[in-house]
Order: sequence, then structure tokens, then C-alpha cells
Amino acid sequence: MNATTLPINSTAMQSVDTPSAKLAFQLYVAIGIAVFRLMLIAGALFRATQAAWLPIPASFTYELMTLHGAGMVGVSGLAGAAVMWYFLRRYVRLSTGMFLAMLALALVGVVMILAAIGIGRFGGGWTFLYPLPARSMGVWGAHAAAAFVGGLVFIGVGFLLFYLDCALAILRRYGSLSGALGLDQLFGSRPLDTTLPPTVVASTMVIIINVLGILAGAVVLTMSLINIYVPEVAFDALLMKNLIFFFGHVFINATIYMAVIGVYEIVPRYTGRPWTISRPFLVSWAAVTLIVMAVYPHHLLMDYVMPKWMVVTGQVLSYLSGIPILLVTAYGALVNIHRAGLKWDLPLRLIIFSLFGWAAGVLPAIIDGMVRVNLVMHNTQWVPGHFHFYLLLGLVPMLLGTMLYACTRSQWTETALDRASFWTYGISGAVFCFVFLASGWQGVPRRFAVHDAAWLGFAQLGTVAAALVLVTALLLGVRLLARLPRASLSA
Amino acid sequence: MQNLAWTLSLISMAIVAAVFLWVVAGASRPAEDSGVIARSAFRWRDRLFWLAIAAGGALSFATLWEWPIAGHAAVVTRPDVVIRAVGHQWRWEIDRTEVEAGQLVEFEVTATDVNHGLAIYKDKTHMIAQTQAMPGYVNRLQVRFTEPGDYEVLCLEFCGVAHHGMRAVIRVRAGS
Repeated sequence: MNATTLPINSTAMQSVDTPSAKLAFQLYVAIGIAVFRLMLIAGALFRATQAAWLPIPASFTYELMTLHGAGMVGVSGLAGAAVMWYFLRRYVRLSTGMFLAMLALALVGVVMILAAIGIGRFGGGWTFLYPLPARSMGVWGAHAAAAFVGGLVFIGVGFLLFYLDCALAILRRYGSLSGALGLDQLFGSRPLDTTLPPTVVASTMVIIINVLGILAGAVVLTMSLINIYVPEVAFDALLMKNLIFFFGHVFINATIYMAVIGVYEIVPRYTGRPWTISRPFLVSWAAVTLIVMAVYPHHLLMDYVMPKWMVVTGQVLSYLSGIPILLVTAYGALVNIHRAGLKWDLPLRLIIFSLFGWAAGVLPAIIDGMVRVNLVMHNTQWVPGHFHFYLLLGLVPMLLGTMLYACTRSQWTETALDRASFWTYGISGAVFCFVFLASGWQGVPRRFAVHDAAWLGFAQLGTVAAALVLVTALLLGVRLLARLPRASLSA
Repeated sequence: MQNLAWTLSLISMAIVAAVFLWVVAGASRPAEDSGVIARSAFRWRDRLFWLAIAAGGALSFATLWEWPIAGHAAVVTRPDVVIRAVGHQWRWEIDRTEVEAGQLVEFEVTATDVNHGLAIYKDKTHMIAQTQAMPGYVNRLQVRFTEPGDYEVLCLEFCGVAHHGMRAVIRVRAGS
């Protein structure tokens, strides 16, 4: 039995493919494409300002930076959740209403964030690093900061509802989260059961980490709100930093661990080779459940007052976090497609390319996670270099490929424009990321609205590459939207 | 260190790219027995796993045995000069801006309002060292300037609308 089939008596536990469920998925895809497109524009404008090609004030530039960061993280989370919902509902009964409630709450949050930035001029960065939201030196007001922070709370609540629905559905079918993660097979007497779908294992991991991450986020967002309106109530800056980076790190990592479900589900359909669970697979997912939560101190290596054991943990776990990605998921996919008589098409191209982007992107991240390197590269453009690598070249093509797959299984003809868009996106995206990495190598700071003359060449080359990414992402997005009416929940 | 990080990244990413290209180039070939392929590939993966664990252990030991940041958490060497650097939106308050080459300088770094990041640059394209400047905490960064010249201090933690303009200069004179 392969990963995509179910025991006969399990069909009662599956979700029903209703028109409203299909519409919900289509809404996520359409809104996801639109928001992603707008956030790409914001990011490209930010880069063009660094290149000194756009004469806009620094305050507006930092608003663009804040919008780009918050928007990209939010839309990545929503699109990743859509992929998880799309496949998980084949094994457990998920609520379409709860899925739509997440979207509605997220949209309320987005409106609040847009108002905070567009009307209130909030430009404190998506990481809302305490106590900056409350201390703008008159650039934005308390209501603007509160609208931004409150918007994040709404988005978090939406995700929390979605994960709770997923958790309940998994508990109904598999009895416990540890069972759904395969821990009873790893550590108990239960033999390996290859009918446990990789989708369920991955979803369970995401539920565990992101519920805890979002709860930490809720705590720190509430504390920030209090500080915004009652500045006399101050909190420990190091504690707040730990909470913020735990929340942010877990949330953005969860997006890619949700999206990778598409890889596990779709690649076997092209190759005809099942992708079943194995002991190394279960070990790696159990390990990443802990690693993703415990590795966040690698963001705080330059806070010398952090306990040394946390610094060591940050460096060592950064290294270990790469092993499941490289040797389980990427390696597993390559074994699956090796001499498989594949017929390539756009969804498969995007999915395999995304695994390269993820696997290659973690390498400079691991290197940056070493204290000695971090000492001279933290908060340089090396950081956006590696995270854009595994998001722009990893997460985004993974999501696009999966969504295209859901919309293209019938009467799909690949055009020359599809192939040209794919290659141009891949090459220009890689150039864009390598320019960031090269800038970081040369010490160029990140999050600077105005760049010194010595740094302008990098920003200008990066802007050209960003423009090409923008155009090709538009073409791929339009292609997906045009096929969206044909989306199928059983593709 | 920056050159090493850049070179290591390029080499390791090139290896990953080469493996992907090799597999992708052969993926369209007529299918073979997937069971044989998988068994052989996963035997290799087991070896690679233990190799990666061993390499990680060696790397961690080599880079962490001698603590990589002088002055981190506890002052390990008595400095020749102590400079107090306080971050404010958007300026550095530094109580001494001239030192001699060869002196061990300890920066006591803190902030009064929001988080800042104190980074010391030689020219515009080479960072010497950095630490965070945080309200309520003092981070001690020890630096031995070996070459005379002007070293620029930048803020490397986003701190608001004039973040990019928050700068200072440390002048290093030739040692006597």
C-alpha cells in the first residue's frame, strides 16, 4: 500500500468534497497569488530604494520593508496551510468552516496591518522587536503600533483555530498526536506501519510546533500591546526577544514543513513509486519537531548575555536541522525520481526545483548559525540571502507547483512560455539570492533604507534580478489563476 | 572568516546543485527496478548520515572548545581600555573614541530605549565584530585593533526611521 491510499473502512473519516470546500481552496489560492504578487512589488521597491533608484523617504522605505516582511510571512503561512488542508483532508475529516474562519480572521488582521502601515505610518519591522513599536520617536502613534500588533493577533488566532481543528481530526482518526507522529512505532512495541501517511506525520509535527509558537506569540503580542498603551509597564528586553524569535522562527519554519506535504503526495504520482514512512523518516520528523522549537537561539548569538548553553544549543541544532532536510526529504525525493521514466511538466519542475532551493538554502544558514561566523555576518545581507534562498527558491515554487498540480491534472498542455517562465524565475531568483549572499560576505548591513556608495552595485544588481522575478512570478501566477476554475480536491 | 563562510557556502551549494542536476538529467530515462535503486541509495544515505554526524561533532568541537567570543558572559582577559557605548535613537554615545593599535579594547555596550546593534567596520566592506545593544543589559565585546585607522561603528539592529544613519567613528592611532 502506498502513501496515497487508505484502508477501505477509513473513508468515513475522510473529508467530503463539497463545492464549498473547493471554493474555499480556490479562495486561498487566488488571495495567496494576489497578496504574494503585491508583497513582491513591495520587496522589489525596497531593494530599488537601496539601489538609490527610487527617491522615496526613509520612513516610507521602512514601511515597505515592514509590509513586505509581514505580508510574505502571513501569505506563506496561509498558502502552506492550504496545502496541508488540501492533502490532510484525504485522511481525516476537516472542517471547511474552520478553514474559511482562518482566512476571514487573517483578512481582518491584514486590513489592520495595512491600516497601521498605510494610515498610521507604522514602520517598525515585521518582527515588532520590543520595545520599538512603542518607541517610534513620533514617527507613528500608539494606535498604529497597536493596529499592527493586533493584526498579528487576529492572524494568529485564525491559525490556532485551524490547527485545533486539524488536531481534533487527527485525534479522532489516530487516537493521539504521538501515534500520528509515529512515536509509538519508534519507541513502543508497535511494528512499523507503512499505512501511516507522511502527510499525517508532517501535519502533526506542524500542529505541535505552531500551536506552541503561536501561543508564545500571543503572549508577547499581548505584552507589547500593554507596553504600547501603558509605557510605564516595561518588560525584560531579553525575555521579549526570546519570545519573539521563538514565535517568528517556528512560524516561518512551519510554512515550509506544511508545503513539503505537497512533495510527499505529488512526486509519487509522477514516478509511480510510493513514498511510505520508514524508521529514518519517523526519526527525522520527531527530531525536527524538537529542533525547530529549540534552535531559535541561533538568532540571539550576538546577545552575549544569553546563557552559554543556549548559544551552544543554537549552533549545534542549526547544524543538525539540516540533516533531515538534506538526507531525508531532498535525498528521498531524488531517490524517488531517479531513472523513473519521468515526463516533466511545470508542477513537477517547480516541486523538484523547490527541493533544491530548500536544500541549498539551508547551507549558508547553517554556516551563519556558527558563533564565529555570526560574529561578523549577523544582520548583514547574508541573512536575507539564505532565507530568501529557501523561501523564494524553496517554499514559493513548492507552493506554486502543488497548487498548479491541483489545477492541471485534466487537459493540461505545457507551453513554451511555461518553460521560459520557470527557467527565468529560477535563474533570476538564484541571482537575486546570491547577490544578497555576496553582499553579506562584503559586510553590507541588512534593513538599511539608504545604502553607502560602496554597496550600491549589489543593490542595483539585486533590483534587476528582483524585477525579473516579479515578471516571471506574474506569468506563473496568471497561469495558475487561469486554471483555478478547474481545481480539483482529488487531483 | 567572511571569505571562509562564502567559499564553504559556494562549494557546498555547488555539490547539492551537482547532485540535483545529475539525478534530474537521468530522471526521464526508462524506469529501472525502483527497489534495487532505493536499497542501494539508502545504504549510501546511512553512511552519509554517520559522516554528517561525525563532521558536525568535529566542527562543533573545533569551533566551540575555545569560546569564540572574547568577553562573552564573563571577562576572560583584562582589557587595556574600556569604552562604554550606549545606543540611543539614533546616535551612539561613546565615552572614548581614540585608542592605540595593539590595545585590547573592551566595549561595554548597552542601550537606553530600544534594541540596537554595535558593529565595527574597517572600510565599508569588512566587519571586525559586533554585539547587540539592549536596554537593561550590558554586552561586553573585546576587540584588539591591529591596524591604525578610522573604524566606523554602525547600528545593525533595526531601531526606527534613522537606523541607517546611526554611526560613530573609533580612531586607532599607531601604537607607541
